[in-house]
Amino acid sequence: MTSTTSDLLWLFAATCGLMTALTIVGELLRIRTGDDNPVVETFMTRVRSWWAMIILFTLALVAGKVGLLVLFAFASFAALREFLTLTSKRKADHLSLALAFFVVLPLQYVFIGLGWTGLYSVFIPVYAFLMLPIVSALRGNPDRFLIRVAETQWALMITVFCLSHVPALMMMSVEGYPADRGVLLIAFLIMVVQFGDLLDFFFGRRIGKTRIIPGISAKTWEGMACGVICAAVIGGLLAWMTPFSVVGAMGMAALAATVGGFGNLVFAAIKRDRDVKDWSHLIPGQGGFVDQFDSVVFAAPVFYHVMNLIWM
Amino acid sequence: MKSILSLPRRAAAKLVGVAISMLVHFLTAVRANWQGIEPVNRQRVYFANHVSNADMPMIWSCLPPNLRRNVRPVAAADYWLKNKLRAFVGPEVFNCVLVDRRPEAREDGHDPMQNILDALDDGSSLIIFPEGNRNMTDDPLLPFKAGLFNIGIARPDIDLVPTWIANVTEIMPKGEVIPLPLICTVTFGEAIHVNDGEDKTAFLKRASNALVALAPKEEKL
Repeated sequence: MTSTTSDLLWLFAATCGLMTALTIVGELLRIRTGDDNPVVETFMTRVRSWWAMIILFTLALVAGKVGLLVLFAFASFAALREFLTLTSKRKADHLSLALAFFVVLPLQYVFIGLGWTGLYSVFIPVYAFLMLPIVSALRGNPDRFLIRVAETQWALMITVFCLSHVPALMMMSVEGYPADRGVLLIAFLIMVVQFGDLLDFFFGRRIGKTRIIPGISAKTWEGMACGVICAAVIGGLLAWMTPFSVVGAMGMAALAATVGGFGNLVFAAIKRDRDVKDWSHLIPGQGGFVDQFDSVVFAAPVFYHVMNLIWM
Repeated sequence: MKSILSLPRRAAAKLVGVAISMLVHFLTAVRANWQGIEPVNRQRVYFANHVSNADMPMIWSCLPPNLRRNVRPVAAADYWLKNKLRAFVGPEVFNCVLVDRRPEAREDGHDPMQNILDALDDGSSLIIFPEGNRNMTDDPLLPFKAGLFNIGIARPDIDLVPTWIANVTEIMPKGEVIPLPLICTVTFGEAIHVNDGEDKTAFLKRASNALVALAPKEEKL
């Protein structure tokens, strides 16, 4: 067994331990508050969804590069579907939207799998950005054209380009950091951002007072500060998974959690604009894919590029 | 009908049904929104808007399996008997009640309503498209045909459930070949019945309004 595999097993065991603890806490709360407490029931549905996600993610991690690419390609697919369901489109966009789903999305992940850094960094921001509006324009309907192409491009950037930077972390080669440990780096990013989110929510409920943008999101400055600090501490504890020093890991975790937290606000604004509560219903208890991963989506490219700047 | 179908054929029909339902779920993540009624196994007539050929498989797929087993879409015989494949998918996979829209093709004196009423008397639920044809206009609904009213009069106890399918036009506009995998929602509203003394026009108007009321308010900029 390589050290990466044994580290992954350790990580999985520890996460399962934590989840078991959360499940037991939930069941105890259920006994204490009776069967129908909505807060406890929401919590338990979420715990169940987390279990499913952790198992799925671990299976993909164990399957290695291809497993992760397939998992994230499907995540992108689900997220792009949620996004494009809410954007403006006309019949004239049909072909370009079909290309987005069935050509652009798979190609982006293929390029990542092949490690063609130069191509996957510009494929969507340059080629898709220019080509898809051409396809739409050729079909001839100018009604709200700019809004249509802008929204489609935004959807692709967020749900495919940004999200694909999570598996792209596998492709980073840092001196003295074995290439096969890239999967641990992915687990690091997702864990610090998701725990940051969760603790932001928890502390926001407890001590939060000043809303960051009142009327759009329940997020508070206090909650966010606590979330970022906790993410940094967790990042420091998980530094062994990364090529960073302990301080470096804390810094990167804090950065990812901060960007992720603000990303969350951006998505809250979009949901408010489109007058929906959740992006969809795919994950029981948490709404859609985008609801669950909005912060990771924002954090991933920043994490990737800052790491590129400092550690390469 | 079922008894004369050989076992492998029935197994194939079942399998194709599962495959269609999985494909619909994968492509459109179809979701049932039970707004006015519960998804329980009661005899009902689901009446829905009709814009594309994907409508019927969509409603069919989003029903829970126990309801799906007992539901029969009412469909046009001239469409579903056109070739062997359709004749397998329509009557055997979806278990359609076939109705001939062409008076000249009917046997003498055979009322197409009879097939529908027979299916109801067997205890089946139905899916019908009261507009009669696919709606290619910009209006939300075409005027309803009399069928729904006749069912409501003939079997007054059965719940008539308005069923709105959203987004199908965007998933598969007419003339396009590749379906977009957007999210589709099927909304089931509160059941209606024909009131005492209500005439055909008034009832069809009320039914049509009940259906349109389920459409999501989308101000498309």
